[in-house]
Amino acid sequence: MSTQSAAAPSAPRRAHPLAEGLRDGLPIGLGYLAVAFSLGIAARQAGLNAVQGFMASLLSVASAGEYAGFTLIAAQASYAEIALGTLVTNARYLLMSTALSQRFSQDTSLAKRIGVGLGVTDELFGLAIATPRVEPFYQYGAMLSSIPLWCIGTSAGIVAGELLPARVVTALSVSLFGMFLAVIMPAARTDRVVRICVLASFVASYAATHLIPLTMAWSSGTRIIVLTVIIAAAAALIRPVDAEGDDAA
Amino acid sequence: MSARIWLSIIVMGAVTVAIRLLPLTLIRKPLKNRFLLSFLHYVPYVTLAVMTFPAIVDSCETPVAGIASLVVGAIAAWYGANMVSVAVICCVVAFVLGLL
Repeated sequence: MSTQSAAAPSAPRRAHPLAEGLRDGLPIGLGYLAVAFSLGIAARQAGLNAVQGFMASLLSVASAGEYAGFTLIAAQASYAEIALGTLVTNARYLLMSTALSQRFSQDTSLAKRIGVGLGVTDELFGLAIATPRVEPFYQYGAMLSSIPLWCIGTSAGIVAGELLPARVVTALSVSLFGMFLAVIMPAARTDRVVRICVLASFVASYAATHLIPLTMAWSSGTRIIVLTVIIAAAAALIRPVDAEGDDAA
Repeated sequence: MSARIWLSIIVMGAVTVAIRLLPLTLIRKPLKNRFLLSFLHYVPYVTLAVMTFPAIVDSCETPVAGIASLVVGAIAAWYGANMVSVAVICCVVAFVLGLL
């Protein structure tokens, strides 16, 4: 959800990298608060309480991946399905971590690589690659000012879902879809292949949910996994991307 | 029920953390496979689109409220409205039309 990314730090670095990171992570954290609140509404519908929502967000820090996971939990899916769904929806982090692994200075310890790696999200990755070299303490700062807000937002969404009238909760439950639209539509506008992918996904998802008896029998989480793999693989075969893939969303 | 949810949360977290850490620990070389790179490039858009429709329609009070929410939100996002604005627009449309 790169729209929330902070601008590349322009001021010369004088303060401690941790302080710089704390400052640059805060706008990301405020965006996280809103997204996580919406996610909390979905988490509550899957039966999670505020503590469980907090922990799910702390352990995963992934909007699409968590939403897919909650959908699967709500559908009483098996643990294997939950693992697979999480793997597919979060697979892009593999690419980001790989790109990041090239940007550590040689002498960076394994502990610091792991510390930074735990905070790979769309936005924090964007922050990390804004400079040629990854500075672990800068990343720690950004993680510290954003990830707690992600967790608190999730819990707040769950609590709000319990307190607010049903009609308001129903309306709030579309907010997460609105945020998803805010990620896919600008890319669909500029990239013709993404545009076709999005349209194909809408059509296929509708057909699988309401028209095709075989896939209608599946849980929505299973449909998400299968359709994502088929459509993304088809797009990759028909229109492979040229560059190194550093421009992933 | 609670144990099942806790285990599910742990599975989700373990898989996600493994995805993040494998490249930084085991795989030190850049990915070269063009198919895999392309697949990973398209996955976010495809998965978000699949998750959005028709779920947005089915989650509203009426199909009309859901479709209107999707269309208005999609147009706003197309013309560059930021994430929170699009979310608020979708909610307002869904709430108002849901009252009808």
